[in-house]
Amino acid sequence: MIALLRRDLVLAVRAGGGFGLGLAFFLVLSVLVPFGVGPEADVLARIAPGILWIGALLSCLLSLDRIFALDFEDGSLDLLATAPVPLEGVSVVKALAHWLTTGLPLTLLAPGLGVLLNLPPAGFGWLVISLAVGTPALSLIGAFGAALTVGLKRGGLLLSLLVLPLYVPTLIFGAQVATQGAAGLDVGTPLVLLAGISAGTLALMPFAAAAALRINLR
Amino acid sequence: MSFWEFANPKRFMQLSSRLLPWVAGLSLACLVVGLIWGFFFTPEDYRQGSTVKIIYLHVPAALMAINAWLMMLVASLVWIIRRHHVSALAARAAAPVGLTFTVIALITGAIWGQPMWGTWWAWDPRLTSFLILALFYMGYIAMWEAVENGDTAADLTSVLCLVGSVFAILSRYAVLFWNQGLHQGASLSLDKEENVADVFYLPLLVCIAGFVLMFLALVLLRTRTEIRARRLKALLNRERMA
Amino acid sequence: MMPELGKYAAEVISAYAVSLGLLVGLVVLSLRRNARLRDALRQVEDRQRKTNG
Repeated sequence: MIALLRRDLVLAVRAGGGFGLGLAFFLVLSVLVPFGVGPEADVLARIAPGILWIGALLSCLLSLDRIFALDFEDGSLDLLATAPVPLEGVSVVKALAHWLTTGLPLTLLAPGLGVLLNLPPAGFGWLVISLAVGTPALSLIGAFGAALTVGLKRGGLLLSLLVLPLYVPTLIFGAQVATQGAAGLDVGTPLVLLAGISAGTLALMPFAAAAALRINLR
Repeated sequence: MSFWEFANPKRFMQLSSRLLPWVAGLSLACLVVGLIWGFFFTPEDYRQGSTVKIIYLHVPAALMAINAWLMMLVASLVWIIRRHHVSALAARAAAPVGLTFTVIALITGAIWGQPMWGTWWAWDPRLTSFLILALFYMGYIAMWEAVENGDTAADLTSVLCLVGSVFAILSRYAVLFWNQGLHQGASLSLDKEENVADVFYLPLLVCIAGFVLMFLALVLLRTRTEIRARRLKALLNRERMA
Repeated sequence: MMPELGKYAAEVISAYAVSLGLLVGLVVLSLRRNARLRDALRQVEDRQRKTNG
């Protein structure tokens, strides 16, 4: 499994595209927002946590279809299915690789963009914490969506339609943590719930993803 | 005769063709009686005026929008566990009906909300949950359309339905947490005190019966269509092979 | 005989119109698809019965 993780990471970094693209998208999106809503500092400060969360979510979405698609095309997914590692494990590793190449960099990049969007100083810590806790759930749910649509032509569009509604609870709690933290309020409840969602998806989504993969590989 | 007799497509076609006219007729009768009763012969509410008449569409549609998803969930489980094709096709047949009911509930709600709350739309927990439900229906239908192979599509959509149900419930609570709303609580419950007044209650019950029967009739009809579509595809494939 | 709907007449009537429109649309679409497939299936079945004897 560790070998698989290493292979996926190396592929993601060497193949270009996926790795930098999501981050660049996140950057461009955050830069575009002030053009849309105007440059007033207090307006930006109010919406900054939400914008950054939505930006992170969309950037995650961008690279989801690559989780399984490349391996499906060149047949290595079939090999993985017959390998001693169970498909559930493969799904976890794939989601982890996706998180390491998108979720983690996004989390690290977010404070920088917070400066651009005039995020209140109190919000930076909570923004990073909420993203760090919440983005694994995005990758795990995304891996399930990718497993569902792996064999399809034009799967990418369908993937976003399927996955975005599933992101609703994560987005609500994550943005809630970031917003309340920026306003200096107590963030305990949403943070615990967000962590609960991440833990729950970690426990359940690999099984769903593996089930979908088995169906698609039949 | 056991319930699983329905699982045989041929038996299902026979039974449903006998059942369908009755269910459809009864549903039409209930809807006509209930809606005419509600529209013409109920008094106005002292606070809401005549807008209260929208309840005869809004509440049954909302009720069936959720129950349609539950029915799809049960049908998906039956498909996963017992591999009865009719069950998978029934789930597929129910989805567009459920989506239509969801849209009706949303639209009538918006039209009702405008004079009562002064706004078409509010990001209220109930409204938002229904919007999310509509998104789930769309994703589910899109998944069915996208996959070529019938059995693969049935499997994938079943898994999607199960996972979607979990997330739909999660979203419901997340949304409650996110914003407290304008919407009143349940208008129907077993507790008599909380119910809407009797004058509105009876025609509402008739309308709900009408919507339930209509759902049943439409699902029967659409399942028959899906069974035929599957058979047609199989026959054409065999022809091409020969 | 229209009932007195008061100042909310437009809202009530439009709600009924939209809902009934959607329901009728759904029923008509379902019926049309059913009829089309029934005919198509019958054609193919007849054709195959002829060729297969």
